[in-house]
Amino acid sequence: MLVEAWMYLAGHPAQFARALGVHVALSVVALSLAAAIAVPAGMYLAHRHGGALAAINAANVGRTLPSLAVLAIAMPLLGTGFLPSLVALTLIALPPVLINTIIGVREIEPDVIDAARGMGMSSREVLRRIELPLAVPVIFAGLRTGAVQVVSGAVLASFIGGGGLGDFITSGIAMMALPLILVGAIPVTLLSIGADALFGALQRHLTPRGLR
Amino acid sequence: MTWFARNWEQVAFALYEHVLIALTALAIAAAVSLALGIWAARRPRVFAATLAVTGALYTIPTLAFLALLIPLVGLGKTNVIIAMVAFSLVIMTRNVATGIRDVPADIVEAAKGMGMSARQVLVRVELPLALPVIVAGLRIATVTVISVTTVGAYVNAGGLGTLIFNGIATDHAAKIWTGALTACTLAVAADLALTRLEYTLKRRRTT
Repeated sequence: MLVEAWMYLAGHPAQFARALGVHVALSVVALSLAAAIAVPAGMYLAHRHGGALAAINAANVGRTLPSLAVLAIAMPLLGTGFLPSLVALTLIALPPVLINTIIGVREIEPDVIDAARGMGMSSREVLRRIELPLAVPVIFAGLRTGAVQVVSGAVLASFIGGGGLGDFITSGIAMMALPLILVGAIPVTLLSIGADALFGALQRHLTPRGLR
Repeated sequence: MTWFARNWEQVAFALYEHVLIALTALAIAAAVSLALGIWAARRPRVFAATLAVTGALYTIPTLAFLALLIPLVGLGKTNVIIAMVAFSLVIMTRNVATGIRDVPADIVEAAKGMGMSARQVLVRVELPLALPVIVAGLRIATVTVISVTTVGAYVNAGGLGTLIFNGIATDHAAKIWTGALTACTLAVAADLALTRLEYTLKRRRTT
């Protein structure tokens, strides 16, 4: 069966490359958008007690929603294809990044911030040189969760015409062609494990030396 | 709304099926993980291996996992239940073991000093103190299982995902909305209920 899967892959390189490309593009763009929204929003909300609590509660609810449900709802609202999938996947990646940014900033010892202020740093400098670097490990843990969720979620994007590697799985199931299922399932699993490992490594690498 | 009013029986059946599949998987996973967690808690290497397996399994995309099971067990409820038992088993085993490991050593010593047998220490000291962490694991597993079940409809397991997939296939917005929102409500309600239980248990432990 593995051999047949490989034969299929070797016979349709362009089709596979396109699906892989769409899958990676969906995942990377959705995660980048989520980070671009959630990191600044989280840093802003972290200093507002009520806001932080409300945001964490909302994100916790968002996090429990089944990915398939979020993607499915995108269809009646936005139609089918790449863009609706992208919007849904961005929404799926938002909660873990937002929660971790807020927690990462709030967990910094107040003494450290006081010391930085005492050294004459402006709030802007405190944000850029103290809070952001110290929160990076926790933020990256959130990005790591988000990355795995987006790669997994992008498989389901196939249902609303988003393309990606899920297409092989869904047509494989529809035709009961097991090799075709493997052509989608194995690469997407590797992709997900790869994303997890990549963000784990980034997290270790970007942690300030003093915190390691 | 009119579609929902006319077809509420179909929705209720899908919801019933969804809850039934999820509960079956959770019950199996809970029983096995309790035994496995107790066993792993005192064995650092087994515990480390459990954490590694949890991490790896959790990164496998749901649909890929369900698809990979097709050659082994075919389509249907068994497929989805196996996938969900696997997912929730590792989550709950991890939390049972972590909960027991986090019980302070001096409390265990004190219990032993009072003449309790190893079994009594486990049942009367370690497990009650580990309960909030165990319930936290149950909560994560429950939310995961509800989510996996929605996708499971694609491999003919039934449940609320059936409405979603039918809706997508026939471009029937009301079906999609009903299936998706009911699944979301179910997940959020289960999460809130178990969070509340977790807090109650934690508060009781400290007073």
